[in-house]
Amino acid sequence: MHIRAPIRKCLSFFCILLLVSGLGACASVPISPPNTPSALNPQGPSAAQISSLLGILTVIAISVVVLVTVLMFAALLRGRRATNDTPPDSDGDTGRRWLIWGGIILPLILLTIAFGSTVHTLAAITAPQNTPLSMNVTGRQWWWEVNYRDQGITTADEIHIPVGVPVQVVLESGDVIHSFWVPELHGKMDLIPGRVNTIIIQADRAGVYRGECAEYCGLQHAHMGFMVVAQSQADFDQWVAGQQKTAASPQNDTARRGQQVFLSAGCANCHNIQGLDDSSVDASKIDLGPDLTHLQSRLTIAGATLTNNQGNLAGWVVGAQHVKPGSLMPELNLAPQDLQALLAYLQTLT
Amino acid sequence: MATLSSTPVQEISPALKQIWQRHKGVIGWLSAVNHKDIGKRYVITAMIFFLLAGIAALLMRIQLAYPENTFLNAEQYDQIFSTHGITMMFLFAVPIMQGVGIYLVPLMIGSRDVAFPKLNACGYWLYAIAGALIWLSLLLGTAPNSGWFAYPPLSLTRYSPAYGMDIYATLVEFTEISALIAATELIITIFRFRAPGMSLNRIPVFVWASLVTAFMVIFAMSTLVAASSELSLDRTLSTNFFNADLGGNPLLWQHLFWFFGHPEVYIIFIPALGIVSEVLAAFARRPVVGYPLLVMSLVAIGMISFGLWVHHMFTTGLPILGLSLFTIASMIIAIPSGIQIFSTLATLWHGKLNLKTPLFYILGFIVNFVMGGVTGVMLSSVPVDLQAQDSYFVVAHFHYVLIGGAVFPLLAGFYYWFPKLTGKMLNDRLGKWNFWLTFIGFNVAFFPMHFIGLMGMPRRVYTYLPGLGWDTLNFISSVGAFILAFGVLLFLINVIRNWRGGEPAGDNPWHAGTLEWATTSPPLRYNFSRSPLCAAVILSGTRPMISRLISSKPI
Repeated sequence: MHIRAPIRKCLSFFCILLLVSGLGACASVPISPPNTPSALNPQGPSAAQISSLLGILTVIAISVVVLVTVLMFAALLRGRRATNDTPPDSDGDTGRRWLIWGGIILPLILLTIAFGSTVHTLAAITAPQNTPLSMNVTGRQWWWEVNYRDQGITTADEIHIPVGVPVQVVLESGDVIHSFWVPELHGKMDLIPGRVNTIIIQADRAGVYRGECAEYCGLQHAHMGFMVVAQSQADFDQWVAGQQKTAASPQNDTARRGQQVFLSAGCANCHNIQGLDDSSVDASKIDLGPDLTHLQSRLTIAGATLTNNQGNLAGWVVGAQHVKPGSLMPELNLAPQDLQALLAYLQTLT
Repeated sequence: MATLSSTPVQEISPALKQIWQRHKGVIGWLSAVNHKDIGKRYVITAMIFFLLAGIAALLMRIQLAYPENTFLNAEQYDQIFSTHGITMMFLFAVPIMQGVGIYLVPLMIGSRDVAFPKLNACGYWLYAIAGALIWLSLLLGTAPNSGWFAYPPLSLTRYSPAYGMDIYATLVEFTEISALIAATELIITIFRFRAPGMSLNRIPVFVWASLVTAFMVIFAMSTLVAASSELSLDRTLSTNFFNADLGGNPLLWQHLFWFFGHPEVYIIFIPALGIVSEVLAAFARRPVVGYPLLVMSLVAIGMISFGLWVHHMFTTGLPILGLSLFTIASMIIAIPSGIQIFSTLATLWHGKLNLKTPLFYILGFIVNFVMGGVTGVMLSSVPVDLQAQDSYFVVAHFHYVLIGGAVFPLLAGFYYWFPKLTGKMLNDRLGKWNFWLTFIGFNVAFFPMHFIGLMGMPRRVYTYLPGLGWDTLNFISSVGAFILAFGVLLFLINVIRNWRGGEPAGDNPWHAGTLEWATTSPPLRYNFSRSPLCAAVILSGTRPMISRLISSKPI
């Protein structure tokens, strides 16, 4: 009887362990919808390299956990039991071989494999590359300013890249430390005041990949996302051509009135619209907010927090502090017809 | 084995008793300096902070159970997660380990007190005041909100104009000084106050662990004293240590902070390894396997841990060659850690196991800590870290290391030494329930976070958008957090019920082999009637009590 009890205890220990790890494993696999920005679903060469390295290291990790757990249960199943009164054994010298083999030789072997594959991957993802396209990304609380200097394009929270081309992203910060992370394309790189970091990203398939700020940057760190749109070279060229245009003058009365609202309500103090004559606005115009010249061409607004549609835009203009409390965007107290006019004007910014 | 019931230890001299007696009343309570009073206060105060920070964690898990939850707002969440981190690292983990050391080390080496008892008490009060004020600031809504790591420029006045970060910089300094005091106490006590015959190669593993930790505290905490002073100066006197606009460097803070912050993890973990060795020796009924190698690996961990700090900065754009060197160092520390784990496995294999609650916690420690260790090796690989850094994967990793590697051993130690502390036994049946709920709750709460992180969820977000595939796992994690909390609640019930009303323990209920069990439970005010000298110690190595019991020589 007293042998069965410990075995039963061990079995229950083991069952619960299985249950716990099984729970984690089951839950993790099926629920990933395709729009999860997962590092395990690589869409570019760097992310793919890292993902396979992650696979190797995971195999090593799991085998160590399994080995240790099995040895632990083996010791328990030996059934050498004691009570509080069992006389102690003073022999301290047996079993030193465990330490040599398990504590030194085994880790040395596994770590050599881990380090070798790490260096291999590191060399691959940091190899110098010819990048035909370069852009500057500046992190701001809590949005991303994007400048294609060579093309003369300024936009926000959205990066367009041609498929299959390595693109250099130059990372700077306008205020605090942020971190640029598109898990499906690459690991992350910090944006640090006073430093210029670069990262090369490449997408192998056309698609929209979500990025996040990964370094805690204050109140709205949670709402500092962005989108990477990978498209064919032709689509990309077309996008560039569209972005290079200045904003057209509004064609109807409502939109014209909206433009006046834009200038008089204070929007123009922070937001630039190329082609708009804002000399009437007395402002030193430092880029406090995103450039709105081609607002309608973007998928999202407010740091990839809201889908870009008329309703969300209206909600953002009048209730920014409810969507992103603490952001620099004030809540505008506009008369309904002014708001309608402003939205009509914003609709023209294609 | 009648000789095993140890000979009763008695008050031998009324004069001795009177000298060591504490004054009566409030003044006496406030002026207490005995290492057992101070150690006990450290442990109890740290446990209170642990519970408070645990409640903060539950609030965060409620907030994150659903996407776009409005249970907490951004400011509340930021203050709560910052206070959770500050409390767990500065007010719980380090002080409780040092408190256990201050309580046990003099008993284990046969001394009557620590080296400078008044300074020791001063250290405790600095710590208690700092902790109380940080929590007061949370209740007043001005708690630190830039995380326990307080990266400038975010923590500078321009981006954090509220008092929170001033409170952080000042009070963290209080706790650092308190830690430095406790470290000084332990080092001098261990070097100068050992009983005759107890040479350094015979002190218990826990005492070695306390010694290594104390040296680490001296080197690590002084760096943080410098860093937090600079932060205070930047905030109050407008110096520009970290302000990039005027020639400062935000990375300077990160280097200084992590030069402290990485050893900090091992400052928490090494005493836990000491506890594991002591508990294991008592419940496997044999000394731990490979004492010299074990101690050497503790020292090695202590030294190597100062060469790893840059692995917290892999994404800052430092040169690749340097990063590879820190990868090697971070991986190499797995070797001394591996020695520790295989020593516990070998001890289990060669021992006769007394399956009581403390041993259960050691088994839980082995599984959970190894999980945290292997994900640590994964994170030390630069490319993997580029993906996992600042994601929930890291949250999972370090909770496995700190809860699995430090809280589980602490609970093992609590069940083991509670009879010495109070003279009463904890309930073993309730203890097993306590263990299973803690173990299951912990794994349900933190295991899914590995996946959440790799699926792209960053840390320190007060909410997240629906439809990104993070919803279900976050909900499971929140459920796990409540199971874990229920387990901790059972622990509390066990402690409160048995503190006074428990079954009397006797001097040495486990028939364990170290010197703290040679005195009464709770110990005499002066620990030992006469210095526990001894031929027995000299003859038999590291388990002085065992040899006394076997050879029946009186101490």
